[in-house]
Amino acid sequence: MRIGVVTFPGSLDDQDALRAVRLVGAEAVPLWHGDEDLRGVDAVILPGGFSYGDYLRCGAIARFAPVMGALVPAAQGGLPVLGICNGFQVLCESHLLPGALIRNDHRKFVCRDQVLRVENAATAWTSDYEQGQEITVVLKNGEGSYVADERTLDALEAEGRVAFRYVGQNPNGSYRDIAGITNERGNVVGLMPHPEHAVEEGYGPSVDGLGFFTSVLAQVVRA
Amino acid sequence: MSASTSQLDTVERAAASSDTPQPWAELGLGEDEYARIREILGRRPTSAELAMYSVMWSEHCSYKSSKVHLRRFGDLPAETPLGKQLAGIGENAGVIDIGQGWAVTFKVESHNHPSYVEPYQGAATGVGGIVRDIMAMGARPIAVMDPLRFGAIDHPDTQRVLPGIVAGVGGYGNCLGLPNIGGEVVFDPCYQGNPLVNALCVGALRHEDLHLAKATGTGNLVVLFGAKTGGDGIGGVSVLASETFDDEGVGKRPAVQVGDPFAEKVLIECCLDLYAAEVVEGIQDLGGAGLSCATSELASAGDGGMRVWLDRVPLRDATLRPEEVLMSESQERMMAVVTPDKLDEFMAIADRWDVEATVVGEVTDGTNLQIHWGDELIVDVPPRSVAHDGPVYERPLERPAYLDGLQADDGARLARPSTPEDLKATLLQLLASPNLCDKSWVTDQYDRYVRGNTALAMPDDAGVVRVDEETGLGVALSTDCNSRFAKLDPYAGAQLALAESYRNVATAGAIPLAVSDCLNFGSPEDPGVMWEFSEAVRGLYDGCLALGIPVTGGNVSFYNQTGETAIHPTPVVAVLGVMDDVARRTPSGWKAPGQMLYLLGRTASEFGGSTWADVVHGHLGGLPPAVELGLERELGEILVNASRDGLIDAAHDLSDGGLAIALAEGTMRYGAGARVWLDEVCERDEIDVFTALFSESAARAVVAVPRSEEVRFTDMCSARGFAHARIGVVDDELDGIELQGRFSVTLEELRHAHTGTLPAAFAH
Repeated sequence: MRIGVVTFPGSLDDQDALRAVRLVGAEAVPLWHGDEDLRGVDAVILPGGFSYGDYLRCGAIARFAPVMGALVPAAQGGLPVLGICNGFQVLCESHLLPGALIRNDHRKFVCRDQVLRVENAATAWTSDYEQGQEITVVLKNGEGSYVADERTLDALEAEGRVAFRYVGQNPNGSYRDIAGITNERGNVVGLMPHPEHAVEEGYGPSVDGLGFFTSVLAQVVRA
Repeated sequence: MSASTSQLDTVERAAASSDTPQPWAELGLGEDEYARIREILGRRPTSAELAMYSVMWSEHCSYKSSKVHLRRFGDLPAETPLGKQLAGIGENAGVIDIGQGWAVTFKVESHNHPSYVEPYQGAATGVGGIVRDIMAMGARPIAVMDPLRFGAIDHPDTQRVLPGIVAGVGGYGNCLGLPNIGGEVVFDPCYQGNPLVNALCVGALRHEDLHLAKATGTGNLVVLFGAKTGGDGIGGVSVLASETFDDEGVGKRPAVQVGDPFAEKVLIECCLDLYAAEVVEGIQDLGGAGLSCATSELASAGDGGMRVWLDRVPLRDATLRPEEVLMSESQERMMAVVTPDKLDEFMAIADRWDVEATVVGEVTDGTNLQIHWGDELIVDVPPRSVAHDGPVYERPLERPAYLDGLQADDGARLARPSTPEDLKATLLQLLASPNLCDKSWVTDQYDRYVRGNTALAMPDDAGVVRVDEETGLGVALSTDCNSRFAKLDPYAGAQLALAESYRNVATAGAIPLAVSDCLNFGSPEDPGVMWEFSEAVRGLYDGCLALGIPVTGGNVSFYNQTGETAIHPTPVVAVLGVMDDVARRTPSGWKAPGQMLYLLGRTASEFGGSTWADVVHGHLGGLPPAVELGLERELGEILVNASRDGLIDAAHDLSDGGLAIALAEGTMRYGAGARVWLDEVCERDEIDVFTALFSESAARAVVAVPRSEEVRFTDMCSARGFAHARIGVVDDELDGIELQGRFSVTLEELRHAHTGTLPAAFAH
């Protein structure tokens, strides 16, 4: 079981995602933004950070990286892909997921321990959770407010494609408290909070994030 | 690119026109200093040379007023409790051995004045600068901290600078991918117009990866890499340009540098790949004084000369004159010395990270630093004379006349609360005060988790990060200074800052190893300020000697004053400690019901400079708490040993606001209540309850001890003869704190008082 983690220039949480992959017993495979192939991995994580400085718009330049040329069709073909924070932004910019992430409503970066509710426990990255389970992971972003038009939001709700919702105070003004979503097939998941920062006792608010990585492991082994 | 040589002030021209008047005074040089430059060179300097000397001989770069005092630190044994230092004062940052083949390097620096002028960029580039210092030692930066000081919380200038400074620290550090694990946010009217923005970075490296800033080996190449050079941060040198040349192209450029954290992140990864490939002979960051500093320091520390082709420097602004290229403080640049056979590999690594790298010079077998612009020689100087042999002043010192009156005004007559209601109200008033209130409005704007190694961060007493994932080996860091104490007695105040920082590190469970300091003071030309400075340095020296830890580096910031009024002396002290496994670190709050709370240390009636005197009475006078470093050392050993042996589950240092605040913070951390009794302590120390709660006596901590370990713990304290008293029990059924026979305060009351202040002041 090989899980790739893409490093763009400006990726910051790539080492953390690689660590989380190792902790569940999978082989962690570093992928480089300039490479045009995925080195035969069974799943891919787009990590957090500020790819290319996020100077134009978060994720807008990363979308055009050579590695994305290989990733987009693979994701459309069913490869499990998880976008965390900046990775979620890249997935939206790539149109693998609908909607967009804009500046937090309070205009500040926010870093805190955040409770999420798992709204869809049937995706490639959430099958080890219970439907409705509440988990505590790290949230840290400046542009994490999820927005989409009403029709898209209604469709996401109707199709069960809201994967995670913020519990308690909405930390960034995301519409309908949405923290993460999935594509129709359930193989592509994006969320603003950071499950890879909740995988080790003593180095984060909990180990609730491990479920993402064990889920995909089980999924790939089944497939 | 062909360099324009019209109107160029060359060495040849300088030698032939000795009487040409030069703007040395406008550049901040004294008449004697200018004369000395002429004597060194045997002619007048070229304008480029004048620019280099003026900036390298400035207070900021040369430490000319502080050097005679700082030399003292060099007399401290260059050993930590774990062994010899690997590099000490004088390098970009000191490097200390933490065992298992690992070393760490850390340093705290000021960026005060730029942050006052332009809060966001000033604070951001303060972070960027200290991170490059750490990179230049061959280390991977692993965490940052930011001790910040502002004027009164409701002053308009605080409203102007604080949001920008906090956003700048966060904006740069967050984008750089370094966890911010602590620091300080302090308010005092003395900082109005002079906010203090200090920045600390810590990095980790294997022993064999240590790199030093020197240019050796004739024929080796000098490579400038990173961002292009622009017109930012040129500051005072534009005087020179506008006087010597026509005004065109010089114009208004920002005096404060502009940061690009993305460029720095890429530069970090690029540098680490270069080190790993062993293609770097010597390395230097570009910070204050830009290329002037980097070239002269590299050449000065080497064994030969250096030739630089300045017109090869990649520019953002093609109109820059050579003097400006030399002075520019454009950020995110580094300079490396590379052997010719490794150049291709060096360039390939830089290219992989899209980092621009350019050979701009070479090491020569000569003695001088020679800088060319096109075909012309514009600088020809002995590098040591620029970088290391600047002027040194013994400024006059004089104990300020007001000090006797200030110390005599001991506040004995200040009304003290006595009824239970008044004691409770005092607790809540202090908890809500700007310096003791919850700082999460600030610290939540910083990423404390990135890299996944943070074991403790705000609001715990110290920040703790893992260095080695295999073993859990890691470091703890704290920065502290109570400048009100230092105002009353700079010698004791500096020692109290050291003691608090040392105590905080030990409280987390780490063995304190080394000190870095950032000495923020007023004008060195004021004999009173200079006296405060020398007292603070003397206090730190004596303190480090007593605690057995070296000063491995630091920074001095003078001229923090408005008109005649200087800031309080503010010697910020950072202590770094090590622990074998950071998973065992001690948090500052209690969770487990039934654990016993012990107060370690004795309490005397010490309210000089206290938070209570400040918040309740607006009073500053008397003497600060007594310093007993022997006791601090004992306390530190107890805290570290108890943590290692599993005898304590929580520990909180007692400092600002005393025991009352420590109990409140320990309770609020995880929400478990505490039942507390103080009668025995009052009887033993012959004090009243008010003093027990709010006095700021040093060398104290409160710890939570599991019942099963109580005997072992008290035996350990008794064996060392260290004062300890059982003052309470953790009770998770209890809502808040019950001080038996006095008052109860609920968690909601505590949190309400504690958390409202900063949002009310700044969230609009």
